[in-house]
Amino acid sequence: MSTTIERRRDDVGTPPPPPPSGALRRTSDWARRAPLLPALVFTIVVTQLPFVVTLVVSFMDWNAYYPDERGFTGFSNYASVLTDVNMREAILTTVVLTVVVVLVSLLLGLGIALLLDRQFRGRGVVRTLMITPFLVVPVAAALLWKHALFNPEYGLLNGTLTAIWRLFGSQDAPQPDWITTAPLVSVEIALVWQWTPFMMLILLAGLQSRPLDVIEAARIDGASSWQVFRYMTFPHLRRYLELGALLGSIYIVQNFDAVFTITSGGLGTANLPYVIYQTFYQAHDYGRASAAGVVVVIGTIVIATLALRTVSTLFQEENAR
Amino acid sequence: MSSVTDVAPVAATRTPGGEPRRPRKPRGGALLALLAWLIGILFVLPVLWMVLTSFHSEQDAATNPPSVLAPLTLEGYRSFFGIGTGANPWPSLLNSLTASVVSTVIVLLLAIPAAYALSIRPVRKWTDVLFFFLSTRMLPVVAGLLPIYLFAQFSGLLDNIWLLIVLYTAMNLPIAVWMMRSFLAEVPVEILEAASMDGAGLLLTLRRVVAPIVLPGIAATSLICFIFSWNELLLARTLTGTVAQTAPVYLTGFVTSQGLFLAQVCAAAFVVSLPVLIAGFAAQDKLVQGLSLGAVK
Repeated sequence: MSTTIERRRDDVGTPPPPPPSGALRRTSDWARRAPLLPALVFTIVVTQLPFVVTLVVSFMDWNAYYPDERGFTGFSNYASVLTDVNMREAILTTVVLTVVVVLVSLLLGLGIALLLDRQFRGRGVVRTLMITPFLVVPVAAALLWKHALFNPEYGLLNGTLTAIWRLFGSQDAPQPDWITTAPLVSVEIALVWQWTPFMMLILLAGLQSRPLDVIEAARIDGASSWQVFRYMTFPHLRRYLELGALLGSIYIVQNFDAVFTITSGGLGTANLPYVIYQTFYQAHDYGRASAAGVVVVIGTIVIATLALRTVSTLFQEENAR
Repeated sequence: MSSVTDVAPVAATRTPGGEPRRPRKPRGGALLALLAWLIGILFVLPVLWMVLTSFHSEQDAATNPPSVLAPLTLEGYRSFFGIGTGANPWPSLLNSLTASVVSTVIVLLLAIPAAYALSIRPVRKWTDVLFFFLSTRMLPVVAGLLPIYLFAQFSGLLDNIWLLIVLYTAMNLPIAVWMMRSFLAEVPVEILEAASMDGAGLLLTLRRVVAPIVLPGIAATSLICFIFSWNELLLARTLTGTVAQTAPVYLTGFVTSQGLFLAQVCAAAFVVSLPVLIAGFAAQDKLVQGLSLGAVK
């Protein structure tokens, strides 16, 4: 935005004018760094080191059931990960699950954010109602959907169908077995229910950071609501949409709770995190689990790079204000 | 949509001399408000159903069509807390509380100095450091799970709550650094410097100027970190057993149906979610900042 303000901000970021001697400056640099170091060292040791080990193990033949056959095997784990039918299906499931959940919850979140951006009675209450699904512990939410809503015998969905059919004097309401007939869709519905509030919150924050005076001016100049949305709101919102989609993808690619709870990875819903958990925790095939882990990381890096870029743009705008 | 939200004739809203205009009330506004209410209720309905069912008897919870008006009872809660069933969720609830609270305290102890070195007296290339922290949060947990498991097995830390505390600290540190930095960046540095020259005024400045900005930030950051730690399943499920299992791991015991147990499941889900619901509603205004890793205010 305004470069002068940004520059002044940057000046704060660089150290003050060079002190007389180099030694003194180095001391003052370290004094500045000292408060940062514990957090930095801790993060590197706990998050980066294990990944390096995973990388090494991914090139090894290592199954805990056959401890004598441990050794390096090159890319064979990767070859088996990428050719194995289960693993390939898991990769596909992960992509489908992530894309569907992110897109649907983003669209729903956008619609609801637009509704909540207007003045009406009880707006605050509706906003609070809307975020409630996000505040249910993920495992609890998955249990709720599995047992209390999807259950074919006494779940709320089929119960409601029965009640509606009875209202019209019919005794044979359809009673689908939701999880068995559409396992992946069931998982997706539960996840969309939890993630729509997340998208809504981010998009609502985006809507409320619009420069209202400009929009007001456009309205006065005769722009229709659609034109305001298409040419002013949407371009402003684009970055928030990107941010929601990218952060949502990062969280949902890693989803374990819903798959583990609702279908226990059965019926073709096993995604990569679940398969890795199984390969390592039940099959004890450490090499293959690590290779699959590295595959997930490579997939995530692409999303994460884009996410970091979006955050960086928003961050600069925020600082320039 | 455009037809519903279409505004009144343009000329009518034009006021001379830039007077503050009254917000227009477009036709159809009431309908859209109704729609917003309906959607809000639809989204909260499963949670309400969970709470209602948790107070029903097992027989009333398992009817089709649902018995909404069935008498209320604490049967489900009694079974969950082990009266007549021998179940004991207390150790797992206590483990979750320990892991969440202790890790949150350590996160704050590490994040506040780091945020200070990234805002008030920034190191060189502080934005790079900030983004490094963020990138670690994007590394999938499964990618480090195996080495952590092997390390825990080797060092005897399997099924030890301290292992989870360390991992949850690492998991939440990037978010806390980002959030605390954005709060500390609002502290007026000039006033702080002037006060430290003064000496006498420093404490007063800290109390009058810094605390009102930073304390709400610390509160919001703690609540967000608490929620993330309390919710975590994959690490807890893999690295704990009978001793250090957390509440979400305890809940996985309800994955397979065991006869009439819906009221008990709903009671369990509600009890375990209650701390998060309270923390979330308390941090409502800062929730979006934490979830977007500080990118959105």
